[in-house]
Amino acid sequence: MIDTLIDITLLAFLAITALAIIRMRNLFVIIMLFGLFSLHSAGLFVVMDAADVAFTEAAVGAGISTVLMLATLALTGNHEEKRPAHHARLPLLVVLVTGAALVYGTYDIPSFGDPASPAQTHIAPYYIAHSMEDTHAPNIVTAILASYRGYDTLGEVTVIFTAGIGVMLLIGGRLMRKYKHEDER
Amino acid sequence: MKHNLILRVIAKYLFPVIALFAFYVQFHGDYGPGGGFQAGVILSVAFIFYALVFGLKTTEEILPPYVLRILASCGVLIYAGVGVVTLLIGGNFLDYNRLALNPAAGQHIGILVIELGVGITVSSVMLMIFYAFAGRGRS
Repeated sequence: MIDTLIDITLLAFLAITALAIIRMRNLFVIIMLFGLFSLHSAGLFVVMDAADVAFTEAAVGAGISTVLMLATLALTGNHEEKRPAHHARLPLLVVLVTGAALVYGTYDIPSFGDPASPAQTHIAPYYIAHSMEDTHAPNIVTAILASYRGYDTLGEVTVIFTAGIGVMLLIGGRLMRKYKHEDER
Repeated sequence: MKHNLILRVIAKYLFPVIALFAFYVQFHGDYGPGGGFQAGVILSVAFIFYALVFGLKTTEEILPPYVLRILASCGVLIYAGVGVVTLLIGGNFLDYNRLALNPAAGQHIGILVIELGVGITVSSVMLMIFYAFAGRGRS
Protein backbone atom coordinates (compact mmCIF):
# COMPACT_ATOMS: atom_id res chain seq x y z
CA MET A 1 0.00 0.00 0.00
CA ILE A 2 2.63 2.52 1.10
CA ASP A 3 4.89 1.34 -1.75
CA THR A 4 2.17 2.05 -4.31
CA LEU A 5 1.62 5.49 -2.81
CA ILE A 6 5.34 6.31 -2.99
CA ASP A 7 5.50 4.94 -6.54
CA ILE A 8 2.59 7.11 -7.68
CA THR A 9 4.03 10.20 -5.99
CA LEU A 10 7.49 9.71 -7.48
CA LEU A 11 6.13 8.95 -10.95
CA ALA A 12 3.90 12.03 -10.76
CA PHE A 13 6.91 14.18 -9.83
CA LEU A 14 8.87 12.54 -12.67
CA ALA A 15 6.14 13.41 -15.17
CA ILE A 16 5.82 16.97 -13.83
CA THR A 17 9.61 17.46 -14.08
CA ALA A 18 9.64 16.09 -17.64
CA LEU A 19 6.80 18.43 -18.67
CA ALA A 20 8.54 21.37 -17.00
CA ILE A 21 11.76 20.55 -18.92
CA ILE A 22 9.79 20.62 -22.20
CA ARG A 23 8.11 23.94 -21.34
CA MET A 24 11.26 25.69 -20.11
CA ARG A 25 13.49 27.72 -22.40
CA ASN A 26 16.16 28.73 -19.84
CA LEU A 27 19.05 26.26 -20.07
CA PHE A 28 20.21 26.79 -16.48
CA VAL A 29 16.76 25.88 -15.13
CA ILE A 30 16.61 22.86 -17.45
CA ILE A 31 19.92 21.52 -16.12
CA MET A 32 18.66 21.87 -12.54
CA LEU A 33 15.46 20.05 -13.50
CA PHE A 34 17.53 17.27 -15.11
CA GLY A 35 19.24 16.79 -11.74
CA LEU A 36 15.84 16.67 -10.05
CA PHE A 37 14.66 14.12 -12.63
CA SER A 38 17.65 11.88 -11.85
CA LEU A 39 17.01 12.19 -8.11
CA HIS A 40 13.40 11.08 -8.57
CA SER A 41 14.56 8.13 -10.70
CA ALA A 42 17.00 7.21 -7.93
CA GLY A 43 14.11 7.29 -5.46
CA LEU A 44 12.13 4.95 -7.71
CA PHE A 45 15.09 2.54 -7.86
CA VAL A 46 15.26 2.52 -4.06
CA VAL A 47 11.54 1.64 -3.90
CA MET A 48 12.31 -1.25 -6.30
CA ASP A 49 15.06 -2.44 -3.89
CA ALA A 50 17.84 -1.74 -6.42
CA ALA A 51 20.07 0.16 -3.99
CA ASP A 52 23.22 -0.12 -6.13
CA VAL A 53 21.51 1.29 -9.21
CA ALA A 54 19.93 4.08 -7.15
CA PHE A 55 23.33 4.92 -5.72
CA THR A 56 24.86 5.19 -9.19
CA GLU A 57 21.93 7.22 -10.53
CA ALA A 58 22.11 9.68 -7.62
CA ALA A 59 25.90 10.05 -7.82
CA VAL A 60 26.27 10.20 -11.61
CA GLY A 61 22.90 11.47 -12.84
CA ALA A 62 22.14 14.04 -10.16
CA GLY A 63 25.73 14.83 -9.16
CA ILE A 64 28.46 14.66 -11.77
CA SER A 65 26.45 15.19 -14.95
CA THR A 66 24.76 18.29 -13.50
CA VAL A 67 28.17 19.78 -12.70
CA LEU A 68 29.53 18.86 -16.14
CA MET A 69 26.49 20.35 -17.89
CA LEU A 70 26.86 23.52 -15.82
CA ALA A 71 30.54 23.68 -16.82
CA THR A 72 29.50 23.31 -20.46
CA LEU A 73 26.88 26.03 -19.99
CA ALA A 74 29.60 28.34 -18.64
CA LEU A 75 31.47 27.81 -21.94
CA THR A 76 28.56 28.13 -24.34
CA GLY A 77 26.53 30.82 -22.57
CA ASN A 78 23.03 30.69 -21.17
CA HIS A 79 21.07 31.58 -24.32
CA GLU A 80 17.34 31.26 -24.18
CA GLU A 81 15.90 29.63 -27.23
CA LYS A 82 12.87 31.34 -28.74
CA ARG A 83 9.58 29.55 -28.39
CA PRO A 84 8.60 28.13 -31.80
CA ALA A 85 5.72 30.02 -33.37
CA HIS A 86 3.91 27.14 -35.05
CA HIS A 87 2.34 24.10 -33.38
CA ALA A 88 4.05 20.80 -34.07
CA ARG A 89 1.03 18.63 -34.90
CA LEU A 90 2.73 15.87 -36.89
CA PRO A 91 5.52 15.20 -34.33
CA LEU A 92 2.89 15.14 -31.58
CA LEU A 93 0.93 12.51 -33.52
CA VAL A 94 4.07 10.39 -34.08
CA VAL A 95 4.98 10.62 -30.39
CA LEU A 96 1.45 9.69 -29.28
CA VAL A 97 1.30 6.66 -31.60
CA THR A 98 4.77 5.47 -30.50
CA GLY A 99 3.87 5.97 -26.85
CA ALA A 100 0.62 4.05 -27.27
CA ALA A 101 2.52 1.19 -28.96
CA LEU A 102 5.04 1.11 -26.08
CA VAL A 103 2.27 1.07 -23.47
CA TYR A 104 0.58 -1.73 -25.43
CA GLY A 105 3.90 -3.59 -25.40
CA THR A 106 4.13 -3.40 -21.60
CA TYR A 107 1.07 -5.67 -21.31
CA ASP A 108 3.23 -8.50 -22.62
CA ILE A 109 6.13 -8.17 -20.17
CA PRO A 110 6.05 -10.09 -16.87
CA SER A 111 4.90 -8.15 -13.81
CA PHE A 112 7.49 -6.65 -11.44
CA GLY A 113 9.25 -9.28 -9.34
CA ASP A 114 7.54 -12.20 -11.08
CA PRO A 115 9.56 -15.32 -10.10
CA ALA A 116 8.59 -17.08 -13.37
CA SER A 117 9.91 -14.33 -15.65
CA PRO A 118 12.81 -15.27 -17.98
CA ALA A 119 15.19 -12.90 -16.16
CA GLN A 120 14.61 -14.75 -12.88
CA THR A 121 14.78 -18.31 -14.20
CA HIS A 122 17.96 -18.22 -16.32
CA ILE A 123 21.07 -17.91 -14.10
CA ALA A 124 19.76 -15.69 -11.30
CA PRO A 125 18.83 -18.72 -9.11
CA TYR A 126 22.42 -19.96 -9.36
CA TYR A 127 23.80 -16.57 -8.26
CA ILE A 128 21.36 -16.37 -5.33
CA ALA A 129 22.12 -19.93 -4.20
CA HIS A 130 25.88 -20.07 -4.72
CA SER A 131 27.35 -16.54 -4.67
CA MET A 132 28.02 -16.71 -0.92
CA GLU A 133 30.02 -19.95 -1.10
CA ASP A 134 31.70 -19.00 -4.40
CA THR A 135 32.82 -15.47 -3.59
CA HIS A 136 32.11 -14.89 0.13
CA ALA A 137 30.77 -11.42 -0.71
CA PRO A 138 27.43 -10.79 1.04
CA ASN A 139 26.39 -8.24 -1.61
CA ILE A 140 25.33 -10.35 -4.62
CA VAL A 141 25.52 -7.34 -6.95
CA THR A 142 29.22 -6.88 -6.14
CA ALA A 143 29.81 -10.64 -6.43
CA ILE A 144 28.30 -10.68 -9.94
CA LEU A 145 29.96 -7.46 -11.16
CA ALA A 146 33.42 -8.06 -9.74
CA SER A 147 33.75 -11.83 -9.81
CA TYR A 148 31.31 -13.68 -12.10
CA ARG A 149 31.38 -10.95 -14.73
CA GLY A 150 34.89 -9.65 -14.16
CA TYR A 151 35.52 -9.47 -17.91
CA ASP A 152 32.50 -7.19 -18.42
CA THR A 153 33.61 -4.85 -15.65
CA LEU A 154 37.14 -4.74 -17.07
CA GLY A 155 35.56 -3.73 -20.37
CA GLU A 156 33.48 -1.03 -18.63
CA VAL A 157 36.55 0.43 -16.92
CA THR A 158 38.33 0.47 -20.27
CA VAL A 159 35.35 2.29 -21.81
CA ILE A 160 35.49 4.96 -19.07
CA PHE A 161 39.24 5.29 -19.55
CA THR A 162 38.76 5.65 -23.32
CA ALA A 163 36.09 8.31 -22.74
CA GLY A 164 38.53 10.25 -20.57
CA ILE A 165 41.24 10.01 -23.24
CA GLY A 166 38.75 11.17 -25.87
CA VAL A 167 37.79 14.27 -23.87
CA MET A 168 41.44 15.04 -23.16
CA LEU A 169 42.33 14.78 -26.86
CA LEU A 170 39.37 16.88 -27.97
CA ILE A 171 39.30 19.78 -25.51
CA GLY A 172 41.84 19.30 -22.74
CA GLY A 173 45.15 19.35 -24.57
CA ARG A 174 48.27 19.70 -22.44
CA LEU A 175 50.08 21.95 -24.92
CA MET A 176 47.28 24.50 -24.97
CA ARG A 177 47.21 24.59 -21.19
CA LYS A 178 50.98 25.04 -21.02
CA TYR A 179 51.00 28.00 -23.39
CA LYS A 180 48.17 29.56 -21.43
CA HIS A 181 50.17 29.34 -18.21
CA GLU A 182 53.16 30.96 -19.88
CA ASP A 183 50.96 33.80 -21.12
CA GLU A 184 49.75 34.42 -17.59
CA ARG A 185 53.28 34.76 -16.33
CA MET B 1 33.13 32.64 -4.83
CA LYS B 2 36.50 33.69 -3.50
CA HIS B 3 35.12 36.00 -0.80
CA ASN B 4 32.34 33.85 0.55
CA LEU B 5 33.64 33.03 4.02
CA ILE B 6 30.85 30.65 5.08
CA LEU B 7 31.16 28.57 1.91
CA ARG B 8 34.93 28.36 2.28
CA VAL B 9 34.76 27.20 5.90
CA ILE B 10 32.00 24.68 5.18
CA ALA B 11 33.86 23.36 2.13
CA LYS B 12 36.97 22.73 4.23
CA TYR B 13 34.97 20.68 6.72
CA LEU B 14 32.89 18.86 4.11
CA PHE B 15 35.81 17.78 1.94
CA PRO B 16 37.19 15.13 4.36
CA VAL B 17 33.66 13.90 5.13
CA ILE B 18 32.87 13.35 1.43
CA ALA B 19 36.26 11.69 0.86
CA LEU B 20 35.79 9.44 3.90
CA PHE B 21 32.34 8.41 2.65
CA ALA B 22 33.88 7.61 -0.74
CA PHE B 23 36.42 5.31 0.91
CA TYR B 24 33.67 3.69 2.98
CA VAL B 25 31.68 2.98 -0.19
CA GLN B 26 34.85 1.73 -1.89
CA PHE B 27 35.92 -0.78 0.74
CA HIS B 28 32.45 -1.73 1.96
CA GLY B 29 31.24 -2.66 -1.52
CA ASP B 30 31.25 -6.42 -0.78
CA TYR B 31 28.90 -5.94 2.16
CA GLY B 32 26.57 -3.10 1.22
CA PRO B 33 25.48 -1.13 -1.81
CA GLY B 34 28.31 0.57 -3.60
CA GLY B 35 31.65 -0.36 -5.06
CA GLY B 36 34.45 1.12 -7.07
CA PHE B 37 32.32 3.00 -9.57
CA GLN B 38 30.17 4.85 -7.05
CA ALA B 39 33.14 5.48 -4.75
CA GLY B 40 35.16 6.94 -7.61
CA VAL B 41 32.36 9.31 -8.52
CA ILE B 42 31.92 10.44 -4.90
CA LEU B 43 35.64 11.03 -4.45
CA SER B 44 35.78 13.12 -7.63
CA VAL B 45 32.74 15.07 -6.36
CA ALA B 46 34.76 16.02 -3.26
CA PHE B 47 37.48 17.53 -5.48
CA ILE B 48 34.94 19.18 -7.81
CA PHE B 49 33.25 20.78 -4.78
CA TYR B 50 36.65 22.04 -3.63
CA ALA B 51 37.32 23.41 -7.12
CA LEU B 52 33.94 25.18 -7.25
CA VAL B 53 34.63 27.01 -3.99
CA PHE B 54 38.40 27.60 -4.08
CA GLY B 55 38.92 27.81 -7.83
CA LEU B 56 40.35 25.43 -10.39
CA LYS B 57 43.90 26.72 -10.06
CA THR B 58 44.14 25.85 -6.34
CA THR B 59 42.75 22.39 -7.01
CA GLU B 60 45.21 21.81 -9.85
CA GLU B 61 48.04 22.65 -7.46
CA ILE B 62 46.81 19.96 -5.04
CA LEU B 63 46.08 17.41 -7.76
CA PRO B 64 47.85 18.29 -11.04
CA PRO B 65 46.30 17.04 -14.31
CA TYR B 66 49.34 14.91 -15.17
CA VAL B 67 48.88 12.95 -11.91
CA LEU B 68 45.28 12.28 -12.95
CA ARG B 69 46.40 10.95 -16.33
CA ILE B 70 48.84 8.57 -14.64
CA LEU B 71 46.23 7.48 -12.06
CA ALA B 72 43.57 6.85 -14.73
CA SER B 73 45.89 4.46 -16.57
CA CYS B 74 47.06 2.88 -13.29
CA GLY B 75 43.49 1.89 -12.39
CA VAL B 76 43.00 -0.05 -15.63
CA LEU B 77 46.48 -1.55 -15.23
CA ILE B 78 45.69 -2.71 -11.67
CA TYR B 79 42.51 -4.39 -12.89
CA ALA B 80 44.11 -6.08 -15.89
CA GLY B 81 47.21 -6.79 -13.77
CA VAL B 82 45.14 -8.93 -11.38
CA GLY B 83 44.09 -10.96 -14.42
CA VAL B 84 47.69 -11.34 -15.56
CA VAL B 85 48.81 -12.35 -12.05
CA THR B 86 46.16 -15.06 -11.89
CA LEU B 87 47.32 -16.26 -15.31
CA LEU B 88 50.94 -16.38 -14.12
CA ILE B 89 50.16 -18.46 -11.02
CA GLY B 90 48.31 -20.99 -13.12
CA GLY B 91 44.65 -20.01 -13.11
CA ASN B 92 42.33 -18.51 -15.70
CA PHE B 93 42.25 -14.79 -16.44
CA LEU B 94 40.65 -13.03 -13.40
CA ASP B 95 40.28 -16.34 -11.53
CA TYR B 96 40.60 -14.95 -8.00
CA ASN B 97 40.51 -18.36 -6.29
CA ARG B 98 44.23 -18.76 -6.97
CA LEU B 99 45.25 -15.48 -5.30
CA ALA B 100 45.38 -16.99 -1.80
CA LEU B 101 45.68 -20.43 -0.28
CA ASN B 102 41.93 -20.86 0.20
CA PRO B 103 39.43 -19.69 -2.47
CA ALA B 104 37.42 -17.49 -0.06
CA ALA B 105 40.43 -15.32 0.83
CA GLY B 106 41.46 -15.25 -2.82
CA GLN B 107 38.05 -14.01 -3.92
CA HIS B 108 38.13 -11.38 -1.17
CA ILE B 109 41.54 -10.06 -2.25
CA GLY B 110 40.63 -10.17 -5.93
CA ILE B 111 37.36 -8.25 -5.53
CA LEU B 112 39.00 -5.66 -3.26
CA VAL B 113 41.90 -5.03 -5.65
CA ILE B 114 39.87 -4.80 -8.86
CA GLU B 115 37.32 -2.51 -7.14
CA LEU B 116 40.26 -0.32 -6.15
CA GLY B 117 41.34 -0.21 -9.79
CA VAL B 118 37.79 0.72 -10.87
CA GLY B 119 37.62 3.44 -8.22
CA ILE B 120 40.97 4.99 -9.16
CA THR B 121 40.16 5.06 -12.88
CA VAL B 122 36.60 6.39 -12.46
CA SER B 123 37.55 9.17 -10.02
CA SER B 124 40.51 10.37 -12.08
CA VAL B 125 38.64 10.22 -15.40
CA MET B 126 35.71 12.19 -13.93
CA LEU B 127 38.13 14.80 -12.59
CA MET B 128 40.01 14.86 -15.91
CA ILE B 129 36.76 15.60 -17.75
CA PHE B 130 35.85 18.29 -15.20
CA TYR B 131 39.30 19.90 -15.50
CA ALA B 132 39.01 19.84 -19.28
CA PHE B 133 35.59 21.54 -19.26
CA ALA B 134 36.29 24.02 -16.47
CA GLY B 135 39.79 24.84 -17.72
CA ARG B 136 38.64 26.01 -21.15
CA GLY B 137 36.63 28.93 -19.86
CA ARG B 138 39.69 30.43 -18.17
CA SER B 139 41.44 31.93 -21.16
